[in-house]
Amino acid sequence: MTNHWIDYQHSDVFLCIGLNTAENHPISMKWIQKARDSKGAKLITVDPRFTRTAAASDIYAPIRPGTNTAFVNGLINYALEKNRYHREYVVHYTNASYLVNPDFYFADGFFSGANDVAGQTVYDKSTWSYQTDSSGQVIRDETLSHPQSVFQLMKKHFSRYDLKTVSDITGCPVDKLAEVAEVFCSTGTPGKAGNVMYAMGITQFTHGAQNVRSLAILQLLLGNMGIPGGGVNAQRGQSNVQGSTDMAMLYHIIPGYNPVPHEKTHKNLAEYIARETPASSYWTNRPKFVISMLKAFWGEHAHPGNDFAFDYLPKIDKNRSHIAMYKYMGQGEVKGMICWADNPAVGGPTAGRKRHVSANLDWQVVVDIFENETATFWKAPGVDPATIATEVFLLPAALHVERDGSISNSGRWIQWRNKVVDAPGDAKPDLWIVDRLFKAVRQAYRDEPGVFPEPITQMNWDYGRDADSGKVAMEINGYNTVTGRQLANFTHLAADGSTACGNWVYSGYYADPSDPATKRRIRETEGLGNHPDWAYAWPLNRRIVYNRCSADPSGQPWNPDLPLFWWNGISWMRNDVPDFNASVDPQVSAKMPFIMVPELQARLFSSTMVEGPFPEHYEPWESPLRNIMSSVQTNPCIETWYPDDRAEIGSTEYPYVATSYRLSEHYQSGVMTRNMPWLNESMPGIFVEISPSLATKIGVQNGEKVVVTSKRGQYEAAACITRRVKPFRSGGKEIEMVGLIWHWGYAGLSTGPIANDISPSIGDANTTIPEYKAFLCNIRKGGR
Amino acid sequence: MHKAMLIDPSKCIGCRACQVACKQWNQLPAEETSFTGSYENPPAISAVTWTKIMFRECEENDRLQWFFCKQGCMHCSDAACMTVCPSGAIYHTDEGTVKVDTTRCIGCNYCAASCPFQAVSFDRRTNLPPKCTFCHDRVVNGLKPACATACPTGAISYGDRPDIIRLGYQRVDKLKSEGRNNAQIYGLDEVGGTGMVYVLTSSPELYGLPLDPHVPFTARLWGALFKPLRALVLIAIGFGLLANRSQSREMQKSLQAAREKEPPMDGEGTK
Repeated sequence: MTNHWIDYQHSDVFLCIGLNTAENHPISMKWIQKARDSKGAKLITVDPRFTRTAAASDIYAPIRPGTNTAFVNGLINYALEKNRYHREYVVHYTNASYLVNPDFYFADGFFSGANDVAGQTVYDKSTWSYQTDSSGQVIRDETLSHPQSVFQLMKKHFSRYDLKTVSDITGCPVDKLAEVAEVFCSTGTPGKAGNVMYAMGITQFTHGAQNVRSLAILQLLLGNMGIPGGGVNAQRGQSNVQGSTDMAMLYHIIPGYNPVPHEKTHKNLAEYIARETPASSYWTNRPKFVISMLKAFWGEHAHPGNDFAFDYLPKIDKNRSHIAMYKYMGQGEVKGMICWADNPAVGGPTAGRKRHVSANLDWQVVVDIFENETATFWKAPGVDPATIATEVFLLPAALHVERDGSISNSGRWIQWRNKVVDAPGDAKPDLWIVDRLFKAVRQAYRDEPGVFPEPITQMNWDYGRDADSGKVAMEINGYNTVTGRQLANFTHLAADGSTACGNWVYSGYYADPSDPATKRRIRETEGLGNHPDWAYAWPLNRRIVYNRCSADPSGQPWNPDLPLFWWNGISWMRNDVPDFNASVDPQVSAKMPFIMVPELQARLFSSTMVEGPFPEHYEPWESPLRNIMSSVQTNPCIETWYPDDRAEIGSTEYPYVATSYRLSEHYQSGVMTRNMPWLNESMPGIFVEISPSLATKIGVQNGEKVVVTSKRGQYEAAACITRRVKPFRSGGKEIEMVGLIWHWGYAGLSTGPIANDISPSIGDANTTIPEYKAFLCNIRKGGR
Repeated sequence: MHKAMLIDPSKCIGCRACQVACKQWNQLPAEETSFTGSYENPPAISAVTWTKIMFRECEENDRLQWFFCKQGCMHCSDAACMTVCPSGAIYHTDEGTVKVDTTRCIGCNYCAASCPFQAVSFDRRTNLPPKCTFCHDRVVNGLKPACATACPTGAISYGDRPDIIRLGYQRVDKLKSEGRNNAQIYGLDEVGGTGMVYVLTSSPELYGLPLDPHVPFTARLWGALFKPLRALVLIAIGFGLLANRSQSREMQKSLQAAREKEPPMDGEGTK
């Protein structure tokens, strides 16, 4: 999140798109309700079905799964066409005025520079650049009228997304689209705040990253970034998934959002730094972040003479995402797996194949609070355990209330929790398990060195006999390697080996081990609800990022009632930690309000995405319709893993659109909740939601069994026939949707079939997140 | 001071934190349920389910609405259960809530059969009518009831009854100012005023609440005739217990049959 939960109380309009906040993040409704009660805030929900959030909303707009880009592009076009954007903000804080390379173009679904490499488009991005003068400065036109300006290129690109076209793509009626656009774009007025909330209903598509881009562009145009009540707020699906991301539980980064070194392009530290350190922005400090991390990892063994042990870091060779990992497991490349608090046998795409290829593993370690389906893949229904040679170890883990440690919430608040009760039986905290595991591996390497033992044997690993989470936190926070003193925050990091820091973005949360900020619990008595002494928000305890944008260039807040910062003529008065240089004149900092990008201004046009500088509508990988915007059907830059898994466009065999989602009562793959009798009582079994018209068509009554099939598998579930699901009028066709609940599996107290057996293993072009939210299926009466 | 709760379905998101919190605080076991086409489960108030959320879909003028409403004992001032109770086991607490003294209960089941809200059930194993206690154990110790504590959105407020009624009126005014012209308070005068006060934006029936709840005439008659002669009644009951039981079993059966005949609340679109 750019903002945080409590800040929701300041929003004038909420746009819930691609999330079901009432059901999956109930506490958000407390702050939304507060905004409605105190300032008459409006709640808009855009969702393929009428959810519990929709029930609570002022406006509900239906949307065909997989058409979010078109929907949001329509809102962008509305803001541009009807002059609802915040012009002063756009001129000063974004790259709207930049002139773009004259050779840049967009035609029939492709941007300039498209090259076909074995059926996948790889762009030569050289034309996705700015025009510069002889001194290398970007040429700008602050009147925004130059035809090659970002602004005019945007107007041209988004003008194709008029309401009628968007309605035809999304299936959302024109009048409903207009109502959403009018209400949300009303926040383009200075002093008004629009809040975009999203989750997996935006990201889990082959074009998911571009969906997020379109939301960011919309919010920048309306001047909603960096202000109280505004922002692009990714609501994380788990209390500490933000912390997991920060700590790099993703294949493409190392802690603190630094890129994972690649074996070809990062042969040594100098090459890594040269390639990954931009000429401007706060990322010019990247060498300090990475070298301090290496010092934290390998201590005295990391020194200038050995590139600070850069070679000890594993290097990536190719896409190693979740989908890729299982593909290679299927090919026998992966021999062993430690599956920690993850249940891909239920939660992964095409989960049936995952369970099948798990048999290729020599060994598998599963760490979880209950025995889950991944740990028991060898005794899944229909599997003969005698045919499985994999050795499986199940390590019982302690629950979050049974151990000390921090969790990071969606608003980036790192909050320490103390252990409340002992874990039952042999269950142990994750840290205890990883500590023992590491020490055993290290001993094995010491006893029998093998190949390249140093990264293990020289690892800086001393958190006590029973590892102490406080000591780990001290290392993550960072310390001076000479004096041993804790660092106040990351501004003290150095690239010469004199500082060690496990994760720079967290630096400051545990600066004073006797009173760490992450453990503080002091409510503010006055202010905007940022509660600076309640826990610690990364970075630098900043509660709202990009916050220079909350005030105009002269330093006066756009909304005087909600002042984050205001310039009194001599200095800044503040209600938050500045995300800008507060020691210079406001007119100077106004030129660089986005310190994390090289332009120092927000990018309405960006060359960083693989499939283009502007978001463009492409249909999901499996779709009932041809793309009406261009002849390019699907995001052309995606990597295809299993071409035979795909149903054809407009398939008659699989004529319905499936989308998957969660319930309040159960959680993810159900490991935690399906072992809770009270939750099983309230939601006792798996079901699919269909419209009354589809029910009539397939001859099924409410509560009866149906079989849902896709190119990849099938399963049987109860039918929930409801008016909350309605067919979409899109592309001249009536398209029925099947809503899939996916919390069930064969382990635990409440059992049921695995819905993800039918979802496709295809991912986003930038992130490879699977397309769980839109694919083709069929449905028929079951129970036979 | 009499206590009350304000139930505000316009703020309810149907998350059922209240339903689970009630079970957790009162240590009530889970029921064996099954998915029958509705999010609503368990299907009815029972000896081990003292509060639950009703789910109901309603479509008017092409506008779909999904109502969530907390159900359970209303803690009536003019309580039918109390009126019919032959042994005086059901009484009003100092907080104005309705409670069952299990040591005095003779297990006749009349309370469950006469509740106009069908919010009292009867446990055949223990011969007792366990029901919402308004978290009496929490309230007398200065805590809010479990359901009100768990609610994330402010759909359940707890306090002194006059304050709760004031809050209810404020909410009605607010809802009316937002164009919800049918906003109304429920539970102010119904059955003498209830401990559970609702703010509704549509007809009470849409929320599973009777339009005009009242103590059944037979219950009043029974109470008026026999209450003064409680000792005799107890003897009579002693003799007639078996007969009563079989009668109450029949009542339960017919009640159950009536419930089963009703279509599932939020999946009725098929019909």
